[in-house]
Amino acid sequence: MAYIILILLIVVIVAVYFFKKKLSLTQNKKINERFFVSLTGLSAVFIIVFIGYLLLHIFLLGKGSLSWEFLTTPPKDGLTGGGIFPAIVGTSLLVMIMSIIGVPIGTITAIYLVEYAKENSIITKSIRFAVNTLAGVPSIVFGLFGLGFFIGVVGKQMDVVEANNRISKMERVFEQQGSPFADDGKATGTEIQQLLEKNDKEYWLKQTEKIKILTEIYGAGNPIPKAGAMKFFKERIQPNWGQPSLIWAALTMALLTLPVVIVSVEEAIKTIPRDLREASLALGATKFMTILRVVLPGALPGILTGTILTIGRGAGEVAPILFTGVAYYLPDLPKAATSQFMHLGYHIYVLATQSTNVDLTKSLQYATTFVLLALTFVLNFTAVMIRSKIRRRVGNNN
Amino acid sequence: MKSNIKISTQELNLFYGAKQALTNITLDILENQVTAFIGPSGCGKSTFIRTLNRMNDLIDGVKITGKVIIDGIDIYDKNIDVVQLRKRIGMVFQKSNPFPKSIYDNVAYGPRVNGITDKNKLDEIVEQSLKRAAIWEETKDRLKSSALGFSGGQQQRVCIARCLAVNPDVILMDEPASALDPISTSKIEELVHELKEHYTIVIVTHNMQQAARISDYTAFFYLGELIEYDKTKKIFTNPSNKKTEEYVTGRFG
Amino acid sequence: MEDIKYNNEVFEKSELETNSENEENVNKIKINRFLTHKPLKYGKKFYFGEFMAENVIRIIALFSICSILAIFYYVFQEATYAFKSPKVEKVKAETTEPENTGGELKQETYGASSSESESSGELVQETYGSPSKKETDGELVQETYGKTSTKESGGELKQETYGKTTTTSDGGELVQETYGTTKPKENPGPVVEMSSTEGESEQMSNSEENANSEKPIDFVKIMMPNDYVDNKPTYVWQPISEVPKYSFIPLFIGALKVTLIGLLFAAPLAILAAIFTVAFAPKWLKEIIKPAIEILAGFPSVVIGFFCLMTLATLVQSVFDTTFRLNSFVGGLGMAMAVIPIIYTITEDALSAVPNYMRFASLALGASRWQTAWKVLLPAAAPGVFAALILGFGRAFGETMIALMATGNAALVSGNIFESVRTMAATIGAEMAEVEFRSIHYGVLFLIGAVLFAVTFSLNALAEFYVRKKLMKKFQGQ
Repeated sequence: MAYIILILLIVVIVAVYFFKKKLSLTQNKKINERFFVSLTGLSAVFIIVFIGYLLLHIFLLGKGSLSWEFLTTPPKDGLTGGGIFPAIVGTSLLVMIMSIIGVPIGTITAIYLVEYAKENSIITKSIRFAVNTLAGVPSIVFGLFGLGFFIGVVGKQMDVVEANNRISKMERVFEQQGSPFADDGKATGTEIQQLLEKNDKEYWLKQTEKIKILTEIYGAGNPIPKAGAMKFFKERIQPNWGQPSLIWAALTMALLTLPVVIVSVEEAIKTIPRDLREASLALGATKFMTILRVVLPGALPGILTGTILTIGRGAGEVAPILFTGVAYYLPDLPKAATSQFMHLGYHIYVLATQSTNVDLTKSLQYATTFVLLALTFVLNFTAVMIRSKIRRRVGNNN
Repeated sequence: MKSNIKISTQELNLFYGAKQALTNITLDILENQVTAFIGPSGCGKSTFIRTLNRMNDLIDGVKITGKVIIDGIDIYDKNIDVVQLRKRIGMVFQKSNPFPKSIYDNVAYGPRVNGITDKNKLDEIVEQSLKRAAIWEETKDRLKSSALGFSGGQQQRVCIARCLAVNPDVILMDEPASALDPISTSKIEELVHELKEHYTIVIVTHNMQQAARISDYTAFFYLGELIEYDKTKKIFTNPSNKKTEEYVTGRFG
Repeated sequence: MEDIKYNNEVFEKSELETNSENEENVNKIKINRFLTHKPLKYGKKFYFGEFMAENVIRIIALFSICSILAIFYYVFQEATYAFKSPKVEKVKAETTEPENTGGELKQETYGASSSESESSGELVQETYGSPSKKETDGELVQETYGKTSTKESGGELKQETYGKTTTTSDGGELVQETYGTTKPKENPGPVVEMSSTEGESEQMSNSEENANSEKPIDFVKIMMPNDYVDNKPTYVWQPISEVPKYSFIPLFIGALKVTLIGLLFAAPLAILAAIFTVAFAPKWLKEIIKPAIEILAGFPSVVIGFFCLMTLATLVQSVFDTTFRLNSFVGGLGMAMAVIPIIYTITEDALSAVPNYMRFASLALGASRWQTAWKVLLPAAAPGVFAALILGFGRAFGETMIALMATGNAALVSGNIFESVRTMAATIGAEMAEVEFRSIHYGVLFLIGAVLFAVTFSLNALAEFYVRKKLMKKFQGQ
């Protein structure tokens, strides 16, 4: 079939070529004009029709599974049923933390670029180049950075600090008055358990299993030497920060979306007339006052647009979070910054490629995809609405 | 009332990069008088008025030599605090440029950035400033609505009120009525006349009738140089320089 | 006089005496009560808040530079683990420790977090519970992908060899555990029902132990053929095998293939559409086309990947009758979708930046609109179009999710566009979650990341400096 199309195409081109040779220059020009205008027009229309088709296609195939329940219940039966609630929550948490971190930094950078930096100074040029590079680096590289730096360096370091605290605390507990270790430096497993439960209950309570193992190592009922117990626990300190989690994923995303904020805020600030700044300065306001009271309010629509665009981007990007915190299934919603989380985009990926039965979940997949797409759309739409509203408020009758 | 010298410039030169925009300007501006700067466009009168509150500092590549002395202080001295200076020298711009805020917030802006937060005080300042700028009657019911919703002339008077709220000694006006209709213009002119009782006013205008109507002293600028500076009456009736005569009689400009 | 000017009390008094009845004057006086100025004097005030704010802003503005440098540093730094023999961080299984149960293993691990992981582990047991089902996992996947064509078996086999790491979810779960610094040698756990996954994980950890004993890579190795198939030297990417083989060639060629196919479709479409919007379209149409294409830019790449995987792949297979359902052609089409908005937007910007007088001059000389667009607009905007292509190339080259979902992920080296490929970015995406922290494989994946970073970085720099300079020259006639 492909060959037939190809041959047809060649025939048409050759025919047109010979046909055109016979025409006069003006006729030729006219035909050229028509041909190319329709060719370019067709490309534009093709893209748009395709976008429409994509949207409709995803909606139609997913609509069977779309329901309120789908949005508000967790998946069940090994991801072959149920809803996507945890993924929605995870995505929202991710973008929330991301924008709380990223938007202020982006805004301040934009303010610096427009208000403080001298155009053409080396610093300004380097910042601009850095921002452009940030925008161009593949998202997977951000993921690598998140893993290598946030988790591998920052997180691990925090864990070391935390572990040291725990160990020294345990040491204190072991040595305190009335500790079973006090007399002969040995204690039984039950005694250790009681001791730990009394102190720092919430953390060491989780160690019950370990104490069982500890007891088994030394044999039930046998006393355990303090040094042995310490060594045992030391080796089993749980990593808390040095593992993929919500906070690291959000930080990685914040970095990834930084250019989006910077660009839209910068654009907004640039539209604030010079007059207003001068008026403010002429009234005896300092530069920072002027920025705070004139520039920043004027940039508000830009900041909002930037935030919303950032959120749209953050909700859709999957690559950077693949190994910085996303999980393909979690029964619980994330509780802390160090929890892992589910993500709509990753959920689609998992359903489409890792599922045991792709056909069974087809409509679920389309529904999830539709939700993600709709989310992106609603975000963009709100962005436009808020922007126009603010403009109306600021501009009033203008 | 005997007039003191309020502002005095000495051998003032201003360069935009390599281009000289003002050449050896030396003049004294008297207290509680209206001084008008006239001249064809591009003659440096706007540039000159902006040197009086150091607004030209904001433009990259501007170099100034010479002295501008206000109340005996050289404002281009290294030790001068520009922020303090600008509180003393108010400015009204060519294009009315109210902040995209309410009338109230516009007028209260200056006092606020100067640290006044007391609501009652602010209310009073706003009311008095608007009254002084002769726009209180028109705005008192709409204090909370956006300043951008008013007409150009009203906006310009709000800008004047905003400037008055900081209580400056000197008010610089850079063609304040150039974009306004005749009625608004005459209102602004009346206002200038009233204000001169308490303020030293410097006004740039390209409208010679306006200069003749409202000013006590007039300076004629041409190609970045001060050609003639004298009592307005003398400039318009009996100028000593030929260029001035040609200009005020409308032969060029 | 001086007193009246600067001391409001005095000012007020003297004025009040003269015009006490005049209300307006009273008002005028009142205003001066609040804001008083000391006489102007030499000496700068130090604005502490201003000073602090300015410096804080300055420091934060440097953040983007720092982050780029940090990314640069850490990606390359972690890549060095590919060239080092890994430190054997394994804690020798304590002889005093008789039992090392499955649960235990989980708690010690790196990837799983405390209670959640435990419960998720339980859930995995629950849902994929029966061992029989688990065993058929791979088969099931094979079925779903495979049933469209029987000829696929070859490709499917490939997929299966990698499949252990990528497609079986249980494997993935367990493999995460190998992040752990302590790695148990054997899991004679009492957890019977997990036996099949356990087996898998054992296999995994075995192979990774091999990886531990394996020699680090070097730059020559990753470029040279590293295997023989039918007595011909071939390039093989096989990180999880008896002797891990890391050849960059198949990945690089894969990425290049997908990117070029993507550009081949995206570039003409996007550039023609941009010409249409700038040169021919009426205003109302412009206002539909531009936002619509921007909408496409907002499409998450995972959605595009999903569409390619589910719909486009089937379509392509039925039209071209291909052996592999997922291949570089499908991936390329996906890339085209991702890249069209980029090329379109930048080209459109460049075209509309061409000064109007050029257009009018051409039209006035009797050129048709198309001639004007083709001979005046396009050449004038050529550097911009070039930049658009470069940036589009960079985007497609580093795109992960589309490649991961739509290219088949088999690292084959061939010129056939209907064969599966594995791109560099997709390799990182698929394998990174399962490697041991700072092992050789980990380092190799970072090395791929470093190459990606370097490639996109230089493309960006090229677009930024070279193209901008050219544009400036063109329009300013310097």
